[in-house]
Amino acid sequence: MLDHYRAPRGKKLLAAPDVENQGMNPVCGDEVKVAVKLDGGRIAGISIMSRGCAISVASGSMLAEMLVGKSRQDVERLQGAFRALLHGEKLPADVDLGDLEALEGVKKLPVRVKCALLPWMTLGDALKAWERGSNNPAAPSTTEHEE
Amino acid sequence: MNAAPASAAASRRSTLDIAAIRAGFPILARKVHGRRLVYLDNAATTQKPESVIAALAGYYRTSNANIHRGIHTLAQEATAAYEATRERVARFIGGVDPHGVVFTRNATEAINLVAHAWGRRNIGPGDEILLTEMEHHSNLVPWIILAREKGAVLKHVPLRPDQTLDMESFGLLIGPRTKLVSVMWVSNALGTINPVAEIGAAARRAGAVFLVDGAQAVPHLPVDAKALGCDFLAFSAHKMMGPTGVGVLYGRPALLKDMDPFLGGGEMIREVRLDGASWNDVPWKFEAGTPNIADVIAFSAAIDSIERIGMDAIRSHERELTRYALKRMKELKFLTLFGPDDPEKRSGVVSFADPEIHPHDISTVLDQCGIAIRAGHHCAQPLMRRLGQMATARASFYIYNDRDDVDALVAALVEARKYFGLPVS
Repeated sequence: MLDHYRAPRGKKLLAAPDVENQGMNPVCGDEVKVAVKLDGGRIAGISIMSRGCAISVASGSMLAEMLVGKSRQDVERLQGAFRALLHGEKLPADVDLGDLEALEGVKKLPVRVKCALLPWMTLGDALKAWERGSNNPAAPSTTEHEE
Repeated sequence: MNAAPASAAASRRSTLDIAAIRAGFPILARKVHGRRLVYLDNAATTQKPESVIAALAGYYRTSNANIHRGIHTLAQEATAAYEATRERVARFIGGVDPHGVVFTRNATEAINLVAHAWGRRNIGPGDEILLTEMEHHSNLVPWIILAREKGAVLKHVPLRPDQTLDMESFGLLIGPRTKLVSVMWVSNALGTINPVAEIGAAARRAGAVFLVDGAQAVPHLPVDAKALGCDFLAFSAHKMMGPTGVGVLYGRPALLKDMDPFLGGGEMIREVRLDGASWNDVPWKFEAGTPNIADVIAFSAAIDSIERIGMDAIRSHERELTRYALKRMKELKFLTLFGPDDPEKRSGVVSFADPEIHPHDISTVLDQCGIAIRAGHHCAQPLMRRLGQMATARASFYIYNDRDDVDALVAALVEARKYFGLPVS
């Protein structure tokens, strides 16, 4: 996790992203900006700009590294599995969380779960908006309701 | 436990036996992540001495009954103990009339009581309520709500760069339309001690009602509400070694008598018909329903503990500990410290930030070392905005903290830097 925090992946700006979104946690001040380039339903490029606590930055970096080449459905499955990991629930059998497993400890810090999920929620909302045919969602994403 | 000598000179020397005081707080013996608990979150809540815990349990074991209405022995004992605490509190805050002491759930409820029972009748369109930029949400939000309802105007005394109140601005902001001046005595985020006596005098000259949010002051400084000349003083038991669920609103009895009720129900009435009611005398007019009897009674034991140590000794100890903490924390060049530099002008609250490590992460690393601090906006978002911070980390002291605790804090802050691969000088 520290590796991802100190040298976050995905910071290279995308030239012409298909969709962008911003997310934040007003309570603790984590901010993230996600930009995605899509190619036939798969993620061709992704850039993450994060400002905030180590958990949100590391999670964003892992997301950037893992999701290139993944389809929308892959992203949903990974996000679901990651959320299950963070809530201490049973994980689906066929999902490989890779580096994300390093964040399993966050389940012991319920207040920080929303930090870990912020980049994912922000990306998820961006993809939903793209599917609806718009470039970015109307309002910034927030994980305030995630506990 | 050694009591501090009575003379002022002696209390400056501080002959307190902190180890003996700590021994009276059972929770301080516990370990967190295998390390000794270093509890530095006293501005959020304080730990309780065994005497308070015993008083609470003792009440339920021997004297539990509902108060004020019963004729039987237990009811009389419970009532006597409850009312005795009211008198104790009245003496503690400067020998005020106990009829002015209302028990609430906490300081927040006390301030809301004033907003409802005094504010709704006395604040009208165009009236001004004067607050400060550093207020806790409890002394801001009730006035936002009231101002919105009544078309009143909120004004805020700004901070100087040294994070004390800009008293020149205060002088310019208070005026003939000011109906209420409501100010925190001690900042929970900065530690700043505000010149409430001076503010109160100006409020009186302006004909405004003066409320003091004493949540961080009453536990840490000698209080004389009469000398202060406040119309209202709010504070919480749990921040002064007492149980949660008990707050105090002190209000000048003449003012309380004139106010509408807050909550309606049993206890606060004299006579009730189907279509009307008359109110009980103060303070009972403001204590509807069964109160938090047990915790009010246990609160008395907390006041006993404080008086045994002596409020001057407590202030002296915290001031010197803060002086030491500021000195040691200034050695850490990566830290930004907030609040006044002069320990005389501040309480034992030290807010700080490391621009390269988020306060939540600092908090987590410190927790792993057994150290409890707080990170966040400290219920003062406008203040944080003014400081240009999303959040700060905060260490806050009480009578059972000592230099070892400060040393542990400093060592852990260095650890946090190393953990994140950052330079420590």
